[in-house]
Amino acid sequence: MMAALATEGLTRDFGGFRAVADVTLALAQGARHAVIGPNGAGKTTLVNLLTGALRPSAGRVRLGGEDVTALPQHARVKRSLVRTFQINQLFPDLSPEEAVTLALLEREGLTTRWWRPVAAHGAVLAEARALLDSLRFTPAEMRAGTRSLAYGRQRLLEIALALALKPRVLLLDEPAAGVPPGESRAVLEAVAALPRDVTVLLIEHDMDLVFRFAERITVLAQGAVLAEGAPEAIARDARVREVYLGEATHG
Amino acid sequence: MRLALEAGFWLLALASYWLLPDQLPLLSQIAIGALFVLSLDLLVGYAGVLTLGHAAFFGLGAYAAGILAQQGWGEPLSGLLLAAVLSALLGLLTAPLVLRGGDLPALMVTLGLSLMLGEAANKLPGLTGGADGLLGVEIWPIFGLFRFDLYGHTAFFYSLAVLFLLFLLARLITAAPFGLALRGIRGNARRMPALGTPVRARLVAVYALAAAYAGVAGALLAQTTQFVSLDVLSFQRSAEGLLMLVLGGLGALYGAMIGAAAFTFAHHVLSEMSPLFWQFWIGLALVALALAGRGGLLGLGAAALRRWRA
Ligand SMILES: Nc1ncnc2c1ncn2[C@@H]1O[C@H](COP(=O)(O)OP(=O)(O)O)[C@@H](O)[C@H]1O
Ligand SMILES: [Mg+2]
Repeated sequence: MMAALATEGLTRDFGGFRAVADVTLALAQGARHAVIGPNGAGKTTLVNLLTGALRPSAGRVRLGGEDVTALPQHARVKRSLVRTFQINQLFPDLSPEEAVTLALLEREGLTTRWWRPVAAHGAVLAEARALLDSLRFTPAEMRAGTRSLAYGRQRLLEIALALALKPRVLLLDEPAAGVPPGESRAVLEAVAALPRDVTVLLIEHDMDLVFRFAERITVLAQGAVLAEGAPEAIARDARVREVYLGEATHG
Repeated sequence: MRLALEAGFWLLALASYWLLPDQLPLLSQIAIGALFVLSLDLLVGYAGVLTLGHAAFFGLGAYAAGILAQQGWGEPLSGLLLAAVLSALLGLLTAPLVLRGGDLPALMVTLGLSLMLGEAANKLPGLTGGADGLLGVEIWPIFGLFRFDLYGHTAFFYSLAVLFLLFLLARLITAAPFGLALRGIRGNARRMPALGTPVRARLVAVYALAAAYAGVAGALLAQTTQFVSLDVLSFQRSAEGLLMLVLGGLGALYGAMIGAAAFTFAHHVLSEMSPLFWQFWIGLALVALALAGRGGLLGLGAAALRRWRA
């Protein structure tokens, strides 16, 4: 079967420093795949290479069989490859409702439209409210300034912007990072509620979440794939315990 | 409420004809300035692209309309159209240079291009009249009916009508998905490609649009004064446009127009008392408003209105 998302020998150098080294991955359609690894392992750089935010120094990216290595970010999004950011990338001057509406309008290819007010796009506005409602935003929160939202809510909005694009492949870069434990459940629920046919690549430090969610795990260390396998195999892997799980338990 | 305020604004603009009947040239100048600042607002206030050289488009429009009339075709509306088209083309041509990335490069490139254009106009006296200015600009009556008169009656209504129509268009555009995408780009240009937006293409489009608006403003000045001088391309014009925008409030079309009106009026009144006085007060007002945020006079007015209603 053709992989939904695949890389071949993906490599990225920053000057003399190799942040991502010869990474070859394949995610089947509907995969629940986690990438773990210590800080600085190259996980975010890998996401940037997959989405086209960065150009690779070597290697290829394939999306549903199509070579997208040369395509810019926005063109990959149009092919339903969508990401969230480890550090929130939101719109401080827009309300959550406006921001999600913007994402929906973009998905529908309507942002070149200059002759019809946003307010006249009733179906889009209703969809934006429904999406935020499904993430338990109150009507007041939907219209509030993004700045004034609690951090956990901002994190959910970060995910909402990605969900609005109806991804076929979704890359989640530490979605629960920095969210206080009390609020992280909403984030986990949103991830768990994704339709089964969506291919998901999850980067996460929270091992509970990773082992609950992932059916396959890739361990990255110093930019390279250290191990890949089913969660149980990864949990038992001695090298992985040494570089990562061990480190995590010792603090 | 909002519509009532908008209607009030435009009625006041129209009523100024009867309120200040011996200041018609000043009022036309305000309408033209407002159109120029509207253009800057689309670019700077909505899309977040900085420029120090917007006078390049104003000047190109002024010379295009002026030279067209001087060469024997004085029909005013085709003059506006020519100015819009040429300025938009110059915008499309220079956008790739301006939008290469970063605020500082944008400031330097726009400044550099406008200085070059100014010097070119200076060095081509056969075409532009050089430092003496473009003489012999004769504008035909609008629709063959309304002759441009010495006191500026026609010029006033003509400038205000063009401002109003282009304002309506800008209002439509900024309220539409395209306008929302521009606000998104200003708010977070890194997120936009991750939503699928070709950011560069959107910015090129708004750059050309703003250029066309500025070109029409320049053409209006050329037609209503039947003269074009080198200062249509001056750095001072670019800078004052930005000052008016900050004064009135960024990212709000009424802010742009209020800024132009307040600045020009204040300039007129205060500089008659003493030129230094004027610079002091405008300087003070700018520091205060810039520190208060993007809202400018319009923001202050809206806040006062909210307090009054609460
Ligand atoms: N733009 C960049 N320029 C230089 N070095 C970078 C850049 N981005 C990331 N790096 C380096 O690459 C390494 C991997 O970073 P990153 O992918 O963010 O790691 P992770 O997400 O796994 O914590 C780090 O050492 C980081 O400092
Ligand atoms: Mg990271």
